Amino acid sequence: MRQELNYLKETPSQTAGPYVHIGLAPGAAGFDIYRQELGWDIAGPNARGERIRVEGCVIDGMGSPIKDVLLEAWQANAEGIYAHPEHDGEVEEGFRGWGRVITDFDTGEWGFDTVKPGPVTNADGRVMAPHISLWIVARGINVGLQTRLYFEDEADANAADPVIGLIEWERRRQTLIARRSERDGKPVYRFDIKLQGQDETVFFDI
Amino acid sequence: MKPGPLYQRDRQWHPPALTPDYKTSVSRSPQYSMISLETTVSEITGPVFGHNDIDPIDKDLLSNYAKPGESPIGERIILHGRVLDENARPIPNTLVEIWQANAGGRYRHKKDTYLAPIDPNFGGCGRTISDADGYYHFRTVKPGAYPWRNWVNNWRPAHIHMSIFGTAFAQRLITQCYFEGDPLIAKCPIVNSIPDPQAVEQLTARLDLNATIPLDTIAYKFDIVVRGRRSILFENRPEGN
Ligand SMILES: [Fe+2]
Repeated sequence: MRQELNYLKETPSQTAGPYVHIGLAPGAAGFDIYRQELGWDIAGPNARGERIRVEGCVIDGMGSPIKDVLLEAWQANAEGIYAHPEHDGEVEEGFRGWGRVITDFDTGEWGFDTVKPGPVTNADGRVMAPHISLWIVARGINVGLQTRLYFEDEADANAADPVIGLIEWERRRQTLIARRSERDGKPVYRFDIKLQGQDETVFFDI
Repeated sequence: MKPGPLYQRDRQWHPPALTPDYKTSVSRSPQYSMISLETTVSEITGPVFGHNDIDPIDKDLLSNYAKPGESPIGERIILHGRVLDENARPIPNTLVEIWQANAGGRYRHKKDTYLAPIDPNFGGCGRTISDADGYYHFRTVKPGAYPWRNWVNNWRPAHIHMSIFGTAFAQRLITQCYFEGDPLIAKCPIVNSIPDPQAVEQLTARLDLNATIPLDTIAYKFDIVVRGRRSILFENRPEGN
């Protein structure tokens, strides 16, 4: 008889459902239970680099903003270093690079404050343009969706980015570019995520 | 030999995005193909949590919202297991978060209007960090079944929602834990979004009498598996060159 490989199977995903807030953001569900909720401060007080705000909506196939989404963000600091033991280099005290936000129950808008990440060098030596990885869960989403937010004002770096370069269609590449504006002197990047339609956001199987 | 990219996710094991019997998925499922690529440093890394982030009581849903001297109504259970990767290696120090309805099937959420009552002693969420061998455990009540709007008459099987991080952002996972013997499992359109019956078995916690506390709390065992990682045995040439 042949030998067995004996790998385990990954636990299959299930939707986060409409009440994801209870577990991951109980204050939004309407009650206080933990000493502190996690993920509300991405960069911490000591992070160097440009302070920015990121905002958007997640829009369904009917063109309506989804009002029960939870998003998580993962990013490097301004020097392109991740707060993780496998990435060489130091991050500032208090910089986590991870955040968790929910959409407003009435408008579907989400937003977070952070610092703009720097370019990141991959294990193969290739440099990726500054980006924030996003993970999106909600009722009706069976497996969390992964995408990346890139920055409008990094056109040269984006043009050389090896991940954007995998996307054949120029129109689809544009779905990953956050648009920059200013509000009260502070940069704001707009990143709407469309789940369906001609301008469907690029999602990654990664 | 060093750890490399993650194993490809088996998309035929997970539910597809579009599962019309679960109606909400129809307008929330991407229609274009995902772009496939090997995990980069942005996905091999992920947030790190420590014991400063949470409190020991967070994992005890019998007491983390109860008034002093009181406890929630329902069947007292221990939910325990290990967080492993596909290579069967334990994942230590990883955050596990859960949420659930109370014993009557009602969530403590401003959007839940089911007529079963809120339990004043039950919040319905918990969190813990796996130990050095990947073990985690919670104490809670067994959640009740509840109706939901899909077809006219849909009932969710008893379930606990679970959120797992692993060590890499590409291991991030949300799932639901069901309980063996529940006749609603086979009838649920959300469960049945999963094509392979073996995968549904993997989401079904087993009664674990050895882990019960006699005369006190019954136990169910539920192991969680996150994606494994390739070992780099030989360096290969960069893609496309
Ligand atoms: Fe549920």
